[in-house]
Amino acid sequence: MAATGEPILRVRDLVKHFPLRHGPLRAQVGLIKAVDGVSFDLGRGETLGVVGESGCGKSTLARLLLGLERPTSGSVTVGGGEITRARGGELKRLRRNIQMIMQDPYASLNPRMTVGDIVGEPYEIHRDAVPKGDRRRRVRELLEIVGLNPDHADRYPHQFSGGQRRRVGIARGLALQPEIIVCDEPVSSLDVSIRAQIVNLLGRLQDELGLSYVFIAHDLSVVRHISDRVGVMYLGKLVELGGDGEIYGHPAHPYTQALLSAVPVPDPEGRERRRRIILQGDPPSPITPPSGCRFRTRCWKARDVCAEREPPLRALSGTGHAGACHFAEPREAPPPA
Amino acid sequence: MWKTPAPASPAGRPPGGGPLLAVENLHVEFVTRRGVVRAVNGVDCALNAGETLAVLGESGSGKTVTAQAIMGILDTPPARVTRGTIRLRGTDLLGLREEDRSRIRGSRIAMIFQDALSALNPVFTVGAQIGEMFRVHRGLSRRDAERRAVELMDRVRIPDARRRVHDYPHRFSGGMRQRVMIAMAIALDPEVLIADEPTTALDVTVQAQIMELLSELRRESGMGLILITHDLGVVADAADRVAVMYGGRIVENAPVHDIYRAPAHPYTKGLLESIPRAGGKGRALRAVEGSSPDPMAMPSGCVFHPRCSYRQDDCAAGEPPLHPIGPFRGSACHYWREVLHGSHG
Repeated sequence: MAATGEPILRVRDLVKHFPLRHGPLRAQVGLIKAVDGVSFDLGRGETLGVVGESGCGKSTLARLLLGLERPTSGSVTVGGGEITRARGGELKRLRRNIQMIMQDPYASLNPRMTVGDIVGEPYEIHRDAVPKGDRRRRVRELLEIVGLNPDHADRYPHQFSGGQRRRVGIARGLALQPEIIVCDEPVSSLDVSIRAQIVNLLGRLQDELGLSYVFIAHDLSVVRHISDRVGVMYLGKLVELGGDGEIYGHPAHPYTQALLSAVPVPDPEGRERRRRIILQGDPPSPITPPSGCRFRTRCWKARDVCAEREPPLRALSGTGHAGACHFAEPREAPPPA
Repeated sequence: MWKTPAPASPAGRPPGGGPLLAVENLHVEFVTRRGVVRAVNGVDCALNAGETLAVLGESGSGKTVTAQAIMGILDTPPARVTRGTIRLRGTDLLGLREEDRSRIRGSRIAMIFQDALSALNPVFTVGAQIGEMFRVHRGLSRRDAERRAVELMDRVRIPDARRRVHDYPHRFSGGMRQRVMIAMAIALDPEVLIADEPTTALDVTVQAQIMELLSELRRESGMGLILITHDLGVVADAADRVAVMYGGRIVENAPVHDIYRAPAHPYTKGLLESIPRAGGKGRALRAVEGSSPDPMAMPSGCVFHPRCSYRQDDCAAGEPPLHPIGPFRGSACHYWREVLHGSHG
């Protein structure tokens, strides 16, 4: 679904630094720059995929979007209200509109609660959302929407399979009828055959309920399938942002190019001829990121200027494709995954 | 039974009559309080020198238990091998005394795991752990063992090996730990290396580094590689042959190009169709409906029949054997012709 009109979510210069403490007195010895200047808009009904490797800051970004974490600086505006500054009742009201689907259903579903109570739990906090007498009916509806049997509302999480538990988590995320859902690795650790069921469910819910998604995942083929636009994160920064065709078809940032070329293609045909950019080493620490461009220590295009000046995220075309590289140039992508 | 092809890779030791490793009719059970779980139910497979055999399956399919049985590291009890043979160059490993078995383990068959951090001992330096292989199996002195450890760390391309040999596992990143584990596994030049989800916990750029390293080591040494994974991309990239497991059985095996071009089992076909592909954007994925079978209550007949779109009445009755369907190919489906020729489903 394409974006229309005013953005429903607006993120500006978002920064989150965690203090790094050490020793018996917990003295602050440094800063972990988990998110370090991220800006983007999310349109109504749009899906923005966010990809990046572990430690790039994508999960911290999710927590900031939901107001679960206060940013060091910058702002997150949800449907007109600034969630990063809101307190009390105002924060509660804004949060109702942006909900999260968690990665690990084992950790995020209380094993002692029935599935019906888990799905209806948001109503205990937002008491005015649904009148008390209607809650049971509403929970049954939610279970049905996500493809679970409403008669199983009295069962416990362990009585469900991994894929079904994901559905429970999705139903809970929908309980307050949010317009925005932040999905943090919603299909990781699921078997391939189950993963497709959940991806289809998320697509169907978007069509039926007009949801906007921020879809955070490391699985690049799933992100491509579901996203309208994709942002690529590296060490706390967005290094490239663009339409899915631009990112996957003509990636401009060397990191995006390397990331895409590293994804194994599920087709052995022509594998001997495939060219692959193998990056050396691991990402540097977010405590002491490299000066200038953060990717320069692993980049084959790096020159002196890359250590001196940090490349801003600049427009590469009139269509909103942007890259943060002094030498960004759209390149033909490796064969499609 | 399905026959073993000639080595797919020219590298490696001559096959010398039979396959390097041959597993026949392997059955493994777990005795639990709730009853007996039949985790592996008649697995046949073979591996040639220099070849990569991918064992593809989802969680609970029995792929890891099969690997543990080959390696001889099943937790016994509760697990036990109830039937079958595992032959390494003709010698049945299951018939050996534990003493002889443990001599083979590590020296002729080695294994690497998904979670390198828990497989390494946190209180010993990596050098001591790699060196231990030489001290235990080869009787080297501490100093010689450390020298060999440094060589191996160089070989798996851990930078600055001479200094890092004295570091503890937690000082290494996930990718570097996996390299340490690979160094330990190849220390004694094994003939068979089993890699159980070696890159599942790693980021994609690091995964590419590790897969490249494994295939390079295999080419140089001519060892046979059993790659256990759920990742259809990794299989397509690295495997010569593929065995697809479901519910404790091999439901299809084939050379890698054949299986991706035209799968002959409905489960394999379903897996391949459920991957998102570039052209299919905006359309629903073709998911395999339902979920994996409960190991305590396996379906009768064909284990896949409750989820199968090719199902006929006889599928619940008789368990289909692995039909030979072409050169080095087998499918455990009564209706493999329909699947292979795509006449429905």
